[in-house]
Amino acid sequence: MPQEPVRLPHERAAGCPFDPPPGLAPLRDRRPLTRMRYPDGHVGWLATGHATVRAITADPRFSSRYELMHPPLPGGPDGPLPPAPVGDLTGMDAPEHTRYRRLLAGRFTVRRMRRLADRVERITTRHLDAMERRGPALDLVEAYAHPVPALMICELLGVPEAEQDLFIRRSATVFDPGSSPEEQVAAYIRLTECVRELVVAKREHPTDDLLGDLTGTDLTDEELAGIGGFLLAAGLDTTAAMIGLGTFAVLTHPGQAAALRAGPESADRAVEELLRYLSIAHTGARTALEDVTVDGQLVRAGETVTLAIGAANRDPARFPDPDTLDLDRRATGHLAFGHGAHQCLGQQLARVELRVALPALFTRFPSLRLAVPPEEVPLRVNTSVHGLLRLPVTWDER
Amino acid sequence: MTGPVELRVDRDRCAGSGMCALTAPEVFDQDDEDGRVLLLDARPPAGPAATAAREAAGLCPAGAITARPGPEGGQRWSRPTPGGVR
Repeated sequence: MPQEPVRLPHERAAGCPFDPPPGLAPLRDRRPLTRMRYPDGHVGWLATGHATVRAITADPRFSSRYELMHPPLPGGPDGPLPPAPVGDLTGMDAPEHTRYRRLLAGRFTVRRMRRLADRVERITTRHLDAMERRGPALDLVEAYAHPVPALMICELLGVPEAEQDLFIRRSATVFDPGSSPEEQVAAYIRLTECVRELVVAKREHPTDDLLGDLTGTDLTDEELAGIGGFLLAAGLDTTAAMIGLGTFAVLTHPGQAAALRAGPESADRAVEELLRYLSIAHTGARTALEDVTVDGQLVRAGETVTLAIGAANRDPARFPDPDTLDLDRRATGHLAFGHGAHQCLGQQLARVELRVALPALFTRFPSLRLAVPPEEVPLRVNTSVHGLLRLPVTWDER
Repeated sequence: MTGPVELRVDRDRCAGSGMCALTAPEVFDQDDEDGRVLLLDARPPAGPAATAAREAAGLCPAGAITARPGPEGGQRWSRPTPGGVR
């Protein structure tokens, strides 16, 4: 039976800052893969079911190349996107992607990232101390959620301390919903320029950090600058959004903070559930390179499939009672980091950051609470990564 | 699903995400150079390690881990379909 293509539901309901746009669940529950009309007029697909999204992302017959992709969200160009800039791993396929991935994946292993836990602790402690000195009522995004992952990725890449502020400000503009797409592109270009200068310096005086090590490979300066900018941008915005939005979620769900204070195993589970429940990188896309049958439907070569990650992570077929935040549940198997060969390269870093930063915050300030009613917490809207603009919090001074 | 398990890894498929080393650290590790899977124990006996290894096989984003029942178990391969697309 022919279906009338749907438009992508992309607006969240007022008063539901953590839930995917309400139009997605009925689509998912009726048919996890449905025809979708794109803002540029393309008629492709929308995948909303967990198994469907997982299957498509794992299938190399679906391409990640930007230049084949019709943008799912309004405000993009008419027709396919420009190709990925050099070093942007998310917009390329094998074998190009495989080459970069193998050069980088060894730097982000579970073991290496766990060894960074004490560095994350040092950074969080410094920021919690500063919060305590300032006293109650402050913006947690500015005081904690943003700087902790920013400093961590700078340290990991090997951005010298004196330049970290500049890097962090440049990358903030890249994701600032208040800046125009042109400003964001310009900021990204400036950011990669900064990284390029850094790379040149590291070629002359090799340092013991990620960029320093990569100068020992066959990557060109241009590739290194692109990769550095990509990692910096990817590592900054996402974890910051998770710390801010995650704190907001815990503060508005009474009783949930206990799981963050109940030891490492409990904190690990809590972090996975926050990743699932919040699904901050909420929308992905792939384009079929050949005709592929998915869920009994024929996706034709050239058709783009939008991946509604948030809806997939709330699929009742995969997670019982999916719309309930339950930090004690086992949320393993969520798609918050994606799936397939492109699954988040930095996910083990994010896990270490979150399981240090969130428990430390709720342990240091047991009385932490919102300083404004929840509906007054400003959200970022229409951004590819969901998050908060500010999180006004307060606590009782001891 | 608590019986022994026999594991195979396909390093050509591996994307180095680390899900296996995270889920079953007694069975899987990652190469420090390229992040790809290292199989520490191809036949974990029945118990928590085997259970975790099965879970890791199911979670692997690249379909690089194959788990089937070990010697005392059944005989059916439960290979995660490459790509999983039906």
